[in-house]
Order: sequence, then C-alpha cells, then structure tokens
Amino acid sequence: MTTTPALRIRNRRAVPVADVPVMRLTEFAAQVEEAIAGDWRIVTLFGTPETAGELRLICVMAHDARGEMSAASTLVGRDYPAVSASIRQAARFECEIAEQCGTRPHGHPRLRAVRRHAADHAPSRWQTYPTTALGPEFTKIGGDEVHEVAVGPVHAGIIEPGHFRFQAHGEEILSLEVMLGYQHRGVERLLESTARDHAIHVAESIAGDSVIAHASAYCGAIEALARSHKSPRAQAIRGSALELERLANHIGDLGALSGDVAYQPAAAYFGRMRGDCLNLLMAMSGNRYGRGLIRPGGVGFDIDADLARDIAHHMARLDDDFAEIADLFFGASSVQSRLEGVGAVAAGSCVANGFVGVVARACDVPRDARHDHPYGVFRFAQIPVATAWAGDVYARALVRRLEVQRSIAFIAEQVQALPRGETRAPCGPLSRSEFAVALEEGWRGEVAHAVLTDASGTVRRHKVTDPSFHNWPAIELAMPGNQISDFPLSNKSFNLSYAGHDL
Amino acid sequence: MLAFLRALLSQRRPTSPFPGATPPFPPRFRGRPSLVRLTGGSRALPVVDLGACLFSPEEATELDGAALEYTPEIAMSARARRSLVTDTGVVDFGDALDRRMRALLGRSLRLRSVVAGSCAGCEGELAALSNAVFDIARFGVQFVASPRHADGIVITGVVNRNMVGALERTYDALPDPRLVIAVGACPAGGGPFRGSPEIVGIPASIPVDLWIPGCPPHPLTILDGILRLLGRLGRDGGRG
Repeated sequence: MTTTPALRIRNRRAVPVADVPVMRLTEFAAQVEEAIAGDWRIVTLFGTPETAGELRLICVMAHDARGEMSAASTLVGRDYPAVSASIRQAARFECEIAEQCGTRPHGHPRLRAVRRHAADHAPSRWQTYPTTALGPEFTKIGGDEVHEVAVGPVHAGIIEPGHFRFQAHGEEILSLEVMLGYQHRGVERLLESTARDHAIHVAESIAGDSVIAHASAYCGAIEALARSHKSPRAQAIRGSALELERLANHIGDLGALSGDVAYQPAAAYFGRMRGDCLNLLMAMSGNRYGRGLIRPGGVGFDIDADLARDIAHHMARLDDDFAEIADLFFGASSVQSRLEGVGAVAAGSCVANGFVGVVARACDVPRDARHDHPYGVFRFAQIPVATAWAGDVYARALVRRLEVQRSIAFIAEQVQALPRGETRAPCGPLSRSEFAVALEEGWRGEVAHAVLTDASGTVRRHKVTDPSFHNWPAIELAMPGNQISDFPLSNKSFNLSYAGHDL
Repeated sequence: MLAFLRALLSQRRPTSPFPGATPPFPPRFRGRPSLVRLTGGSRALPVVDLGACLFSPEEATELDGAALEYTPEIAMSARARRSLVTDTGVVDFGDALDRRMRALLGRSLRLRSVVAGSCAGCEGELAALSNAVFDIARFGVQFVASPRHADGIVITGVVNRNMVGALERTYDALPDPRLVIAVGACPAGGGPFRGSPEIVGIPASIPVDLWIPGCPPHPLTILDGILRLLGRLGRDGGRG
C-alpha cells in the first residue's frame, strides 16, 4: 500500500487543486488519525462535489507549535464508512458534511443535525438522504428526581437564538446539549453564487460582531487566488482594525460578566468603554463595526495623521480607564467567588476536541493564528500570546484582560508609525483550479475561509469555519457538575457566535 | 470602597445628550442618504429604497444623473414600508401612535427582542440602547424576558425558515395591544442575504408598526424611531 503524504500548504498561499492528493478513504482516515496523535488538529473538513456523482472530502490540518498546515482529500459516495468512528475531532465536521452534501457516514458515533436545512452541496446526480434521517436529538437521563429544562430558541435577553436542553438533578446539571441552526441564512451558497462585488458584504455579515475578522479572512483567500499583494500600510490598518474589534468585544464581554454577577459599576463602565472602541472603528470606517473598511486588495479608508493622533490619544485614555475598572472587578472577592471554579474546561479536552481561541488559551493551550501562522502585519509585529491555566470562567475573563492590555499597546504603536503604501492594490481575476485557505485570529478564535476555483476561475466552493463551530461543544463539556443558575454566566464567558456557527 | 468612589469620580457621567442635542458624528459616518441632482433639467431623480440599503461606501454612487451621498442625519425611520422608498432621501415618518396607544405605552414601553436569522450586528446596537450612554430606560423603554410581559416585539434578521415558527409563536404570546418594530435591512428586504432560499420574510399575519433601516442602524437611529413612534419626538425633531 503506497502512502501519499498530505500536501504542505500555508496560510493565504494558493495551490493548484491538482496538487492536493486524493487518497483512498482508509488511507485518508489513517493519516488524519496519525496526525492528530502527532499534535496536529483539524482546521476544517468539508465536502465539495467533484463530479456529478462523486463527493470530494478535503481536510485541512494545522500543527500550531511548528506553524505548519496541510491538505489532503478523498472521494466518497453517498454511503461510506464514517471517518469519525475513530477520530473524535472529525465528528462535528462529518455531521455537517452529511447535512450539506446528503451523505450517510455509517458508524458515526452520534449523527445529529447541525443547521437543519436541505442539502445544498451534493453532487447533482445524487438522491440525497433527507436531513430528518439524522439521529435522535437529545440525551435523556432517567430517574424520578431528574428533570429536563429546555431554553430557547428565543432567549430572555437580546441574544441570538439557540436551544439548550438540560438534564438536572435539583440545581446540579447532569447533562447539557445544544441545538443550533436557527440563524442559518445560507451564507456559503451566497458566497459561491453572488456577484463578486456583493460577496464582501455577505462576508462582513457572517457574524456581525466579527466583521473585520471574517472580511479579512475572506479577502485573504481571494487575494491569494488573485495574487494581489497588499501594501504594508494596508496590512497595518487591517491589523489595527482587527485589534480594535478584539478590544470592543473583550471589554463588552467583561461588562456582561460584571452584569451577570451583579457588579453594576464595572458593567456600566466597561459598557461605555466598549462604545468608545466602536466609535473609533466608526471614525476609521464610517460604521461602528468597521463595515466598509476591509476590501479585497487592502482597505477602503486610510488613517491620516489627525486620525492616527486621535486613536493614539484614545488608546492612552482607555489604558488607564480599563486598568482602573479591571482592578475593581478582578479585585472584588464577591466577583472572584462567582467566577472561580465555574464552567471549567480541561486542557486535555481542548486538545482532543480541537478547541481554539480564548477557550483554548484559558486552559493553557497557546493557540493563536497571529503567532502560529502569521499573516499581514503580524509577521512583523508580534503580540505575546495570552494564556491562563484553570480553564474556568475566571481564566477566560483573565485572558480577555491580558489581550485588552496587549491590543491597546499594539494599536497605539501601529497608528503612530504607519508604513507607507497605497490603501488598496488591484485584486483582479482569480486563478483557475486553485485552492487557498486563509486563517485569521478573530477575537473568539481562528476564522478559516477555504476557497476552491474551477477551470474558468469562478469560485466553486467556499467553506467558512467560524471559531464557534469548533468551540460550541466546550459548553456541553463544561457545564455538567455546575449549578444550573451558573449557566448564563458560563455561557457569557464563552460568548460563542450562533450566526458564525449557523452560516 | 475608596477605589470604587475614586472610579465613580473619574469615570464621569457618560449619558448622551440626545434628543436634546445630537452628538457630533465623525466625517466618515454614513447616515441617511440624500439624492442630489447632478445635471440640470426636469429629469426625474432615481428612487432609492432605504430598506434595501446596506449603507456601504459602494452604494454612494451616481445613478442616472444623480448622486447618492450619505449625510450625518440619523433620523430615517418610518411607519410605512413604502415611505422608505424615496427620490430625495427625505423619509416621511408618518404619524405617531394614536392618542389611546400613547396614553397606554407613551411613558412605559416593554419590548421583547426576537432574532430571526440575523448576523447579530443589530442585536449589538439594540443591547447598546440599555447601556449608560444611550440609556433608553430614561424614556420608560425596557427589554423584557418574556413575550407575556411585553407591549411589542423587535424583529431583527431576515426571518428565515428555521425561526419563522418561533417568531409567530412569540408574537401570538403577546397580549393586546401590541406593536411590531422591524430593525435593520434584513427584515425590510433580506439585507446582505437577499436572494437566499432560506429567507421567508415577515409573515403577513404580523403587521409592522415601525421600520428602522440601517446595517446596522446606529443606536440613536433606533432610539429616534422609537421616540417618534411614541410621540416623544415631533415631526420637526423637537421634544413632543
């Protein structure tokens, strides 16, 4: 039996599709399993129709410590032996493939619906399995004293829809399962079929609090395929906007956590500071979330000397304000007692399940695409990776605090020394029959956009994997053993995206 | 305790002066669009649908001898969907709620948010309304946890297949009299997701009382719309 090695690829470097090896399914599964044992993790695993009757599965993996990425693929029919029978990390992706492409992966440990929609990426000649054929939805725990609590899709606050099903014994949670898909808008099909001028607006709207992260990842993949090279100035502006988005969300999250433990002063002040960061994005782009700023080839708006001075001044004020209120919040013993030991995720779970972003870094798993697979300005200006070790609500809050401090310093440094260059380079037609993956470290974690073009240079498949797609299972693992009244606090400490997951 | 008192003094009172005064916006802010005729003559101006507008820089363009530009104006809501379609950029808000509704809800309005296939951007701006800067509670408006406690629902998102049922059940659970407010480009016409087969749209059984365009609308645009609906802001923008 010959073994074909997976293709080494890099963040934002396009390769010919023909170079991505097509292996037999058994060899494909064996390679992925062996790689995971060797500290690789799955970035994304998706299906794309190869011919009218065949589906190609492509697996992109990353070894963060070595800064390497790989791609491998296989061809499957409608029924095939599940890869996730032996690879836990692949389970979620294989459910997604079953739903998107109409397959039946036999032997899958738990085949569940992901977004509950008809298959829209199946080979044209397939009569696909209906999504209602996917397995039973929720675990039930028997016993006279066990009760079942259902929350959502409409939740108590102003928050996206999702369904949580608890099995509880008194106050203690025995089991939590999450059902999502309520925000499904058909993003991938839109990105594949809409006019190229409009696609950037779709990309900006994948997750409205991660406009910069998703638009940057989208543009990264498109620019790789178009061989468009951004100027250093555009890269620095993009990096500053990404970090501003990180600030707005991390500070907002700390405010929300304050509200959840009824520490009102910090809730009010962090809320005001979040607004200040959004207003800086508005000064840069005309929109509080940065819409209009990230465009293929660079950025839609420059930062002139006055604006740079303004941003630097705000960063200095924010540094002091944030430090003052963070000291109040983290120093209050009543706050500490609510946050410590609650909603803990173990480092082993992180690695086994491929969790990313703040959730991983709070368990001492130092994954950060800016550091491990550097791109744009992050190849020249390194932000130290922030970690904590306990994996609980307190640790996730602490990682946010550290990242706020470091991002403030980064933005102040960048805007006061912007390199020269045009704001936007040309971004022309896409290369034919190529494949590119762009990773971006959004504020939640790694955003991945994987794009395949066909022989005429048109996008034939656009796979989006939001950090929340990796991380939602973390809540299911973290909650058992906790009190049900600690659920809102824990959920906020993860603050995962429903829209980013549901697409 | 001393640290807390120190913070209280140094953090100041951040509440926005709106509606008494509108805070200045940065020059790049994209508020209500206006249409300006470029060439002379009596040729009719093209028509712009603010409900379909994504407020992107690319939409500030020339159409048929006219230029679409963004102004710093934040007021652009309307009672009728067709009022968002304009050939000048001026939006006719329509009338505030009638006297009976104003007597009931004018000083105490409880709203229930229903997110039905959104990107979550509009929800961020809705949530911001309750913070110390916009402080919508000072006008007697609050978001509540149950539709049973609500006077109205605020719809964000395109109303997709996976949420239309939950939206209908939530609306049914509201006691009369009840209001419906649609926020953002998505409920008005699909927003950035226009053309997706997942979109159902607001069912005909749910009549909308207020349309607020934007992508997302600035919190002051949302606040302006709600205050006009309640008759708290007059047609000329003064205190009602």
